[in-house]
Amino acid sequence: MNTSNTPSMPPNEVGRGSFIPVLRSEWTKFRTVRGWGIGVLAAVLLCVGFTFLVANGNNEGGCTGPPAPGSGPNSPGSNCYVGHPFVPIGPNGEAVADSYSYVHHRLTGNGTVTVQVTSLTGVISTSPASEAPSLTRTKPGLAQWAKAGILLTSSAKQGSPYAAVMATGGHGVNWQYNYTHDQSGLPGAVTNSSPRWLRLTRNGNTLVGYDSTNGTTWLEIGTARLAGLPATVNIGLFVTSPVTFQSTSGGAPTAATATFDHITMNGRATVADWKSTSVGSGPRDYYPTLGASTTRRPDNGVVLSGSGDISLAVNPLAGGDDASSIVWFGLLVALIMIIVIATMFITVEYRRGLIRTTFTATHRRGFVLSTKAIIIGVVAFVVGTLGSAAGVALGEHALKNNGNFIFPANTFTVTRVIFGSGALVGVSAVAVLAIATILRKSASAVTAGIVVFVLPYVIGSIATGGVGTWLFRLTPAAGFDVLGTLPRSTLVNFPQTMANGYYPLAPWAGLAVLCAYAALALAMAFFVLRRRDA
Amino acid sequence: MSDALRAEWTKLRTLASTGWLLVGTVVLTIGASAAVGAATHVSGENGQDPTKLALIGVYLGQSVVVVLAVLTIAEEYGTGMMRVTLAALPRRLVLLGAKVANVVGLTFVAALIALVGCLVVGRFMLPADGLNPDHGYAFVSITHAATLRAATGSVLYLILIALFSVGVATAVRDTGASIGLVLGLLYLPPILAQVVVEPLRQHLLQIAPMSAGLAVQATTNLRAQPIAPWAGLAVLAAWATASILVGGLLLRRRDA
Repeated sequence: MNTSNTPSMPPNEVGRGSFIPVLRSEWTKFRTVRGWGIGVLAAVLLCVGFTFLVANGNNEGGCTGPPAPGSGPNSPGSNCYVGHPFVPIGPNGEAVADSYSYVHHRLTGNGTVTVQVTSLTGVISTSPASEAPSLTRTKPGLAQWAKAGILLTSSAKQGSPYAAVMATGGHGVNWQYNYTHDQSGLPGAVTNSSPRWLRLTRNGNTLVGYDSTNGTTWLEIGTARLAGLPATVNIGLFVTSPVTFQSTSGGAPTAATATFDHITMNGRATVADWKSTSVGSGPRDYYPTLGASTTRRPDNGVVLSGSGDISLAVNPLAGGDDASSIVWFGLLVALIMIIVIATMFITVEYRRGLIRTTFTATHRRGFVLSTKAIIIGVVAFVVGTLGSAAGVALGEHALKNNGNFIFPANTFTVTRVIFGSGALVGVSAVAVLAIATILRKSASAVTAGIVVFVLPYVIGSIATGGVGTWLFRLTPAAGFDVLGTLPRSTLVNFPQTMANGYYPLAPWAGLAVLCAYAALALAMAFFVLRRRDA
Repeated sequence: MSDALRAEWTKLRTLASTGWLLVGTVVLTIGASAAVGAATHVSGENGQDPTKLALIGVYLGQSVVVVLAVLTIAEEYGTGMMRVTLAALPRRLVLLGAKVANVVGLTFVAALIALVGCLVVGRFMLPADGLNPDHGYAFVSITHAATLRAATGSVLYLILIALFSVGVATAVRDTGASIGLVLGLLYLPPILAQVVVEPLRQHLLQIAPMSAGLAVQATTNLRAQPIAPWAGLAVLAAWATASILVGGLLLRRRDA
């Protein structure tokens, strides 16, 4: 082909080279350095290996009493078991907590329950972490999200769809349904002098919660439409009280006691024929509880004690692992190897003087940097994606074999973690290449690249007070936030910190921070490359 | 030997990077301690170690020491200067000894200034974070035997890190790869230790160069540390010795 006849290539561009040949020549340079090929392969293998190692190091199991002599786990006569405690799964596939005391009735068709809550008090366990919590070692104190009120649930099974109107320890009256939805009603605490009236109505699939200060004027708090609600449901009074971090950093189980008066169910119910049960407080249930009790009171009243929570499950209470909790270390190792290779991709040319040959062959210096960025970016993206995909597949297999609970994650989340890993390594490689281009020396580019990603993890593990968390927001290490999978909930009073697996930024926001740094570095690299002698 | 020392000193002294790296060691070490001091807020008695918190900048400052140490030898291979150096000083172990002596001297000076700065930062910044006698914490002070041990131990730590880096760089002969390897060996094991279970966690912290070496900074709750302070520094010394030995052996046996 005669290039001078091609309209897309004006005569003055002839001999200056176009993009594709530059890409090919840079790819040849990358491909033919044996050490780099080995490094790339090693990065993938180390990512997979370390992910598997981290996953395989996790074992779940326990004993419900002293082990019987001469018997292994799960054998007849043994009190020990391999496997995680039971974690219920909610209607949308999310892990939930569903433990409470319940005094209930079966309700067929539409109906209404009304009740007056006249007191809500609580106790906090003072047992040391090494001992099982018990009601005999407690101090007074009410958890912020202690709940007492009317609960409608499709079945007694944990994780069932539900709606509830409740008085809480520190958030006033609330209407909640299906573990994640919440609307606030009357503010203020429940006391004998300012009781709260609660009402829950079922009309087909529509449930409505009301509250009142006097039992005559009612305010609607919220509505829930629970699709597929059976004709006959459970409806009744419940009390629960979650683990609190108000007084100890490790968390202490709590129990709450509520007094209910004037219980009416469409005007026909008497407390005597209501059934009381304790949901989710068995030995295999994961949520730490403090016991439950029910006492009848005259005139359709009941005093109910309960412990537990109805909300999203949080780590580490649920003791769960998932793709993000096992893959990050392997990814960090792969990232360090890629940082070294990305740096050398340009600094070796400066050191050997090859860069002058390169710029003689390709006058357009921007092309050289762009093609290098594309090559190292794509290679690093493939390394991160492959390492993460294979590591997660192997690691989750090891987690299952060792009896760990794996936090449920949908296909979209898992895909995001895997390709997000690739993007994290890819974008970082481009950023490091740009820094190396600006500095022309390996030392500072490699050091800066490694320290930026590694130090937040080191600092975070030794310094308390949130220094590490800020580094994961503001520095390029925010790119690791793309791995976050655990759902946050404002309805749980819980330290949702890095140490517990909660990353400080939304996944794409974290990646965007890293991309912004990479774009800045790349822009500066293009600028100095054009202005400077080679 | 003195000629070798002077030759190496001239090379190191006349490099623009040396001065910057020494200043960088001091500034980053003190700066990181100050930043952590500014961001820390302690409420209630949480079993904090004020001295360790004051000296936390060493975690960052050591990376600059690594760069300084690696550059003194790996960069000579990069530029081809190594062949000239070896022609002038054919006794290779003498050359390595001269490089080590210069790097150790410079690291000592920088480390001393940096650690004194960290102690000053700890004395004047940490009390405002709640680490004061009102909350049951003593002021960070050099008159406290454990704090003195932590500070002098940290100076020794940085010197050993420099030795370790020179050994690795002599063996690897490439700046980028050497720095990557040393920083990986320093920073990764303690992070890995966070996610593995006992007893692997304990053993990892006992043998890894950084976590063992920096055990010398602990001043409270020594029984809960994975390794005793001086024993930990001895582990790092073993790493440094092994690295210098392997580097020296390869330097003697290999073509430049």
